[in-house]
Amino acid sequence: MTALLEIDKLGKRFGGFVALENISLTVGPGERVGLIGPNGSGKSTLVNCICGTLRNEAGSVRFDGHPLEGASTHQRTRRGLARTFQLPRPFASLSLLDNMRVPLLYAVGARGRRHTDIEARCVELLREVGLESKAWRLPRDLTQVEMRKLELARAMAAEPKLLIADESMAGLTPSEVEDILALLRRLNTEGITIILIEHIMRAVMSFSQRLVVLVSGRKIADGPPDEVVRNPEVESAYLGQ
Amino acid sequence: MIFSFDLLINAIVSGILIGAFYAAATAGVSLSFGILDIVNIAHPAFIILGSYVAYVVNAGLGVDPILASIVVTPAFYALGAGIYQIYYVSFEKRGQESLRGLAFFFGLMFITEVALVLYFGVDYRYVEASYIGPTWHFGPLDMPLRILVPCLVSLILIAVLQLVLTRSFVGRAIMAVAQDQLALRLMAVDPIRIKRIAFGMSIATASLAGAFLIVIQPVEPSVGREYIGRVFAICVLGGMGSLPGALIAAMLIGIFESLTATFYGPSWAPAVSFGFLLLTLAVRPAGLLGR
Amino acid sequence: MRSDIFFLICLAVGGAAFAGAMALDNDYVFFAGYVVLQYVVLSTAWNILGGYCGYVNFGTAAFFALGAYSTVAIHKLYPLPIPLLLVVGGAVSGLVGLIMGYLTLRLRDAFFAIATLALAVVLQTLIVNWDYVGGSRGAFIVRPEVIAPLGNYVRYLCLIMLLLAVAAITSARLIERSRLGYGFATIRDDELAAEASGVPTLRLKLIATMISGAFMGMAGAPFPYYIGYVQPSSAFGLDYAINSIAMPLIGGTTTWVGPLIGAILLGSLQQIVTVTISSAINLLIVGFLLVGFVIVAPNGIVGLVRGFMQHKPTGLFGRRRLGVNAPGPTP
Repeated sequence: MTALLEIDKLGKRFGGFVALENISLTVGPGERVGLIGPNGSGKSTLVNCICGTLRNEAGSVRFDGHPLEGASTHQRTRRGLARTFQLPRPFASLSLLDNMRVPLLYAVGARGRRHTDIEARCVELLREVGLESKAWRLPRDLTQVEMRKLELARAMAAEPKLLIADESMAGLTPSEVEDILALLRRLNTEGITIILIEHIMRAVMSFSQRLVVLVSGRKIADGPPDEVVRNPEVESAYLGQ
Repeated sequence: MIFSFDLLINAIVSGILIGAFYAAATAGVSLSFGILDIVNIAHPAFIILGSYVAYVVNAGLGVDPILASIVVTPAFYALGAGIYQIYYVSFEKRGQESLRGLAFFFGLMFITEVALVLYFGVDYRYVEASYIGPTWHFGPLDMPLRILVPCLVSLILIAVLQLVLTRSFVGRAIMAVAQDQLALRLMAVDPIRIKRIAFGMSIATASLAGAFLIVIQPVEPSVGREYIGRVFAICVLGGMGSLPGALIAAMLIGIFESLTATFYGPSWAPAVSFGFLLLTLAVRPAGLLGR
Repeated sequence: MRSDIFFLICLAVGGAAFAGAMALDNDYVFFAGYVVLQYVVLSTAWNILGGYCGYVNFGTAAFFALGAYSTVAIHKLYPLPIPLLLVVGGAVSGLVGLIMGYLTLRLRDAFFAIATLALAVVLQTLIVNWDYVGGSRGAFIVRPEVIAPLGNYVRYLCLIMLLLAVAAITSARLIERSRLGYGFATIRDDELAAEASGVPTLRLKLIATMISGAFMGMAGAPFPYYIGYVQPSSAFGLDYAINSIAMPLIGGTTTWVGPLIGAILLGSLQQIVTVTISSAINLLIVGFLLVGFVIVAPNGIVGLVRGFMQHKPTGLFGRRRLGVNAPGPTP
């Protein structure tokens, strides 16, 4: 089975600071991968490099068999890569419904697939995260938790092959976490590959088929969750947490 | 145009001298734009305001213009602090600084310039001082004192500012606030107060730069416009918040302008700094993250 | 409302206004009307890049002057009819907008704004040194005295500007409601998130710059005939810059209605002040209004009106854009 995402020896520096070093990672289609690590370990930087928001100096990224070098962020989204932002970045002057409309018009529409009733599709997406009652409201009327759900819905609207969920569950109650996990699991059964970046260990452990651990810009573990957590290096990295 | 070595060397030297003044004019923008990320395009208008203040004190009381401007500096500081407070409450807090903040400063620039026109008219104003007039000859070099004196005082101003920024607590807090506001808060320093101080300092330098300007050349309200491109070009070329960088960039631009004016005619000179600016901006690495 | 119906309604309204002015038979109305209509075009054009995309252009005067000087340059060869001159002026300015955008739009909006200012000065310097169009001495354009069946030639110019204004606001409205308009809004709100949602931000910004520049150039093309004597200082005057920024900001930047209201109100106010007091006070007032509105009413007059109407779910502007008056991102 050919991999969906292949990261080969990726490196990223900011001036003298090495944010990522020698990261190699493969994600197969339909996998559920959890990415964990202490704050500042480079998780979001990695996501930014994969999605094109930042340019990596070393190494390469291949998606769906094609190299991503030179592709701009919006091109990567059109190819099927979608991500949420750790700090939600909604389109503040557009209603929630219109926030869904944008990826439908630009990411999905660019692939030649057009929904016959875009508004209905937008409402459907909002319903998946429980926000359809606020479809005509603005993002500023949302709670922090609702904004994270909006982030997720917007990423889903782009109909990706690979969805990177960057701390989508921060601040959620346990039952809300379960709701989001159920949503992600359902997306996964529909064929969407998911990389889950989270600090809520319970969620990551139950969701992931594979766990990848980043510490100080390096990958120190990559394997089935129960093996990885027994890894002594991983334990010591989290001892202070 | 007859090429002569004398002409060339004088053009270069006068470029260096005026470059020092340009750096003083830019120092305020290095603070507000380079460090605080506030696009104060009204800065040259405040410089002109400083020129007129120096003119009024000089014409009325006979006081040396540069001395007068030093005395007036606290008032300009207060003006800067006040403007920042309005800017912060209206724009930075609401997250609207890009469109509306720019429009705000653009409006301020207009108000300042038009108010000066209404009050003083469009005639050129000049000041009187003992060093305006004589020229110092040094071999083939002719250095008018009215340019040399502001040049030297400009260098002193920049040196003092650099010392303040690198050695004093307030100065280092200013440098820090550009990088990490949260860390500053954790050290019990109010970032808003620091930014207010920095912006106040920025406008205070405008008072001094204004006095230098009116010593170098007669001033009328629209003179400020040619400086908008200059100071931002110098700030960007000099590496944003760096004062030494701005000094070097300023002298470079001063030399180029001087050579252009000498050998191609003064009507091309305004295009030099603005052209520099466009080139610098165009050649910068691409990327949504800006700098 | 479909765009073609809107266009026809605008033509009807404009036509009625024009007929009314003809009935008054006072040429001053046309002289003043030309200026106000010119500002409708300039502020609508500015707003496409500034209000919709969030990129401030300080160089309105440059694009305007390019249109004017294209006319001057061509007039020396052969006086073309004005509609053709509009096309040329629009094409030249649109092209320059595209080039400038390509050089500077990858940068943050602050750098872009400064670059537009620089462009204006560089262009002005080039024109000042170009003797073919008169350089700093200026160029005289002789316009016909009268044109049948309207009478004074200025009435014809006013009619042209009226049609251009209708075209401008129809285009702005069309853009607003289209896929392009949503793309522009996301660029304004959060460019990073826009890219992540599949929006090709650079391409859209270039389109906005081109359209904006083209309309500004078209507004400038008839100017030499209007004023008779073109000088770089008048064509490149900073009052074009401040007005084209103040009018949308005062009227409201998120819709086509804002620049229209701003231009009509502010433009008329300026005409009155210039005639009754002085033209310098004029600019002072614009400056104060700009600063005042930007601080107190950031969403302009349109925003204030919407605030009043917030109780009605289907207000004047319909459900779709109900959300578009939010001031800035969530805290």
